[in-house]
Order: sequence, then C-alpha cells, then structure tokens
Amino acid sequence: MADFDQELDASGLNCPLPILRAKKALAAMSSGQVLKIIATDPGSVKDFEAFATQTGNELLSSSEEGGKYVFLMKKA
Amino acid sequence: MEEKKLAIIATKGTLDWAYPPFILASTAAALGYETQIFFTFYGLQLLKKRLNLKVSPLGNPGMPMPMGMDVWFPNLALALPGMEAMMTTMMKKKMASKGVASLEDLRELCLEADVKFVACQMTVDLFDMDHSAFIDGVEYGGAATFFEFAGDSDICLYI
Repeated sequence: MADFDQELDASGLNCPLPILRAKKALAAMSSGQVLKIIATDPGSVKDFEAFATQTGNELLSSSEEGGKYVFLMKKA
Repeated sequence: MEEKKLAIIATKGTLDWAYPPFILASTAAALGYETQIFFTFYGLQLLKKRLNLKVSPLGNPGMPMPMGMDVWFPNLALALPGMEAMMTTMMKKKMASKGVASLEDLRELCLEADVKFVACQMTVDLFDMDHSAFIDGVEYGGAATFFEFAGDSDICLYI
C-alpha cells in the first residue's frame, strides 16, 4: 500500500513553481490526505519546510534520492 | 490565524525586474497572504496583454554574460543595435532551460490565487496608455488606494 494519496512531479521546475503546484494539489485534496512531491530544485528543501510552517500542513518527511528531493506532506 | 497581508509596489518594466513582484506575490498567496500589487510608472508594462519585456546589459555591470562577453564587449559596444534583443533572447532561453516559469504563467498564477492588481491611473494617463492594452481584472486607482491596503499590511515592498 502506498503511503500517500496523490503524487506531484515537480522535477525540472524552479522556484516558486514547486510550491505553487503543491499548493494547488493540496487544495484539491481533503484534510488528512498525504501528497508526495518530487522536485529537483535544491531550494525546495528549505522552501517546503517554510511552506509547512506557515500553512499548517505537516511535512512528514523530506529526503533525497539520486538527485531528486522527495517530500511527503499531510494536508491540515 | 488571521490572514497576513503583503503589499508590493512594482515600478520596473524590464524582463529581469518583472520577476520579483510576480514570484513573491504568487508565493505569498500560496502561503495564505492576502496580496496586492500596485503597478506604477514602468511597472505598468507588466500588465500589458502582450508582454514584450526586455533585459538590457547597459548600465548593469552585475549582469553575468556567457562566453566571457563582458570581457570582449566594452560598455559602449553594448549600446549597439541588436544587443538588447540578443541579451533578451539569451536570458529567456536560459530561464526556460532552468525551469524558471514564464512571466505570463506567473502572472496567471497570481490572478488564479486572487492576487489583486492595481494600476496607477496617474501614470496610465502620463504615458497615454489605454485600459484596453491591459489584461482583464486590473483595478485603477491612486496613492490613496494603495495606502488603503498597504496601511494594514504586514509586509510592504517597493520593487
């Protein structure tokens, strides 16, 4: 079973697009669901932490896999 | 949590300077800020239906240039016809290759996120511009209109 409800591939996109796409995806999801985000922008690591702090959505995990950054975010 | 507010004044009309207002406004909106941009003087170019913004190397010694062009071209040569168009093309290509959004896309994302655009009517008149040249959804007002929103803002930026 997948540990997320929806996946967003933001590979190749630069600031602020990964955040904006994530925000849009989360808006269409319901509370408690988890969004998996894949990004290649190194700045997104700090940005998704900041996004979570400011929006109340919970950043469950943040990791790097072969040059890609993977985030799991739970909608508040 | 009460909604925070961001007020921006956009005064520049070049390709490079068009980015900060739209990047910050769209991101702020995604973070839950109520956001407004007041466009005045050359910033009005950012509201044109057809964006035709350019970047100029003139008077900009901080602009990195490819292939060591900054060494080969003294400042005077940068004023040659075609230099601005060439720099603009190169900058757009570079941005696209790095996954940087186009200005049109960022502007659209701002509008989708309910960022409010206000154009300075005084400078619209000053430059003999017509409302029909601007995108839909723009409001027109003056300094007092700006302060009505900016007076309650948490962050206020002049760009």
